[in-house]
Amino acid sequence: MHNKSITELAADLRAGDYSSVELTQYFLDRIQRMDAGLNSFVTVCSDEALSAAQAADRQLQAGQGGLLTGIPIAHKDIFCTKGIRTTCGSKMLENFISPYDATVVTRLKAAGVVNLGKTNMDEFAMGSSNETSYYGPVRNPWDTETVPGGSSGGSAACVAARLAPAATGTDTGGSIRQPAALCGITGLKPTYGRVSRYGMIAFASSLDQAGPMTTSAADAAILLQAMAGFDERDSTSADQPVPDYSAGLEDDLTGLKIGLPKEYFGEGLDDAVAKSVEEAIAEYRKLGAEVIEISLPNTHLAVPTYYVVAPAECSSNLSRFDGVRYGHRCEDPKDLEDLYKRSRAEGFGDEVKRRILIGTYALSAGYYDAYYLKAQKIRHLISDDFTQAFKQVDVIMGPTAPDTGFRIGERAGDPVSMYLSDIYTIAVNLAGLPGISIPAAPANGKPAGLQIIGNYFAEAKLLNVAHRLQMATDYHKAAPANLGQ
Amino acid sequence: MSLDHADVKKIAHLARVDVSDEQMESIAKDLSNILGLVEQMSAVDTEGVVPMAHPLHMAQRLRSDEVTETDARELFQSIAPQTEEGLYLVPKVIE
Repeated sequence: MHNKSITELAADLRAGDYSSVELTQYFLDRIQRMDAGLNSFVTVCSDEALSAAQAADRQLQAGQGGLLTGIPIAHKDIFCTKGIRTTCGSKMLENFISPYDATVVTRLKAAGVVNLGKTNMDEFAMGSSNETSYYGPVRNPWDTETVPGGSSGGSAACVAARLAPAATGTDTGGSIRQPAALCGITGLKPTYGRVSRYGMIAFASSLDQAGPMTTSAADAAILLQAMAGFDERDSTSADQPVPDYSAGLEDDLTGLKIGLPKEYFGEGLDDAVAKSVEEAIAEYRKLGAEVIEISLPNTHLAVPTYYVVAPAECSSNLSRFDGVRYGHRCEDPKDLEDLYKRSRAEGFGDEVKRRILIGTYALSAGYYDAYYLKAQKIRHLISDDFTQAFKQVDVIMGPTAPDTGFRIGERAGDPVSMYLSDIYTIAVNLAGLPGISIPAAPANGKPAGLQIIGNYFAEAKLLNVAHRLQMATDYHKAAPANLGQ
Repeated sequence: MSLDHADVKKIAHLARVDVSDEQMESIAKDLSNILGLVEQMSAVDTEGVVPMAHPLHMAQRLRSDEVTETDARELFQSIAPQTEEGLYLVPKVIE
């Protein structure tokens, strides 16, 4: 049952092969049995899940509901869930029970989805390995000594281990795509503004975007359909029509122009990952695509620019955690300043503090022009690289991450080396473009991701291109050993 | 660009985060390393480039000033560290 796609599960539910309650219980049992070794969940919502499944069963019995009615999924613990603890991977929110649902949660609930629980993540989504979580690192189901990537590491690991058929994630600099690559699943970061950010705890507001994490592009299309769309509660929500993401999945790729940026295949890229990506691209040639070498000349500036823009926005966003209205408060504050300073020092972990401090510095008097303003200008140059490229090609392809899952602890002491894990994904967020990571052939037995970048609002095209590879190959069907019965 | 302890102290105060003396050295080192990474930006000629604040260059949307939510003060305050008669409590500010 755990290897079935959403479409297959939906058909089985309708045929009465099993009920949503049975399906939900099946995945809850798997989580109970297998997650101790992975730590992919922070909170499991058994009671809420079973009662939502009962409601879904009533709908199904009445012949109502849609494709997602009764399908269990997991939410990254960055999405506010009414009445359910929402920690964002932080001690700051250890006891935070959200008074409302994020729009993503509301929409998926309305589509009939059952929430199995909240997945582990890097604290406040700041990290590329899931090691910054206050709730402990997540382990990669392919090799539990290695990281699953981050920040949506819990979502990626639980889908890879088939503890949930699908999960939600968020991506500010690669946090859906990089863990999807390292765990061998499909992860889509939509165009900035495509999915509402309301109720999604903010990290860097001009970059943050939510998306689906699944075992196939076809499932990602189904989930995105329910997640996407205008929301007046998000001031940067895109007021654009939502197309049918499943309709064109099988469209022919003859004549598709694929751009390969030479900057994505240079120094720093692991040889085995390069080989996997090239093998996938060879498959696209067989499918009739034309491959063109392109250049994104400002690629090397993406990481430096990001580490000004994202921390600056984070320092502003995280000022809301002050120990006054919700979240952690220190014991016996002697005055208001002491209350702020100690509550924040105790509630935030090291990486979050580093980014708050860097951001505060970049925005402080005398440094704003040299850092933040300069970064915003370079952001424009990076974005223009893509605009030029999309005049020549339909999609851009390359590796998602420079290497496969590294060992837990290996890079923890060196923040800058960790930041380079996102070297191929960050520019996409700076430009606001959609990108998807899908499994390529394993590299030395470990998952490797192919990243496909599209033009603004071209999610349907990305899903089509991804799905065609998944029709032609079995890369996405590879799963970790010891998945159980 | 390298930051010394006095710089870190000043930034930490602006950010309202307590930094202990023991952490000072490693934080100064990490922040200096990050600034070293960021330093690559200064070599780029950005003369005449317009800063990009929004990926889609969208203008901020406005809405009419109408009441759309009902009062949920009790619910919101139920998760606060300390409240009294509908107010959030903090240590005394004015003597």
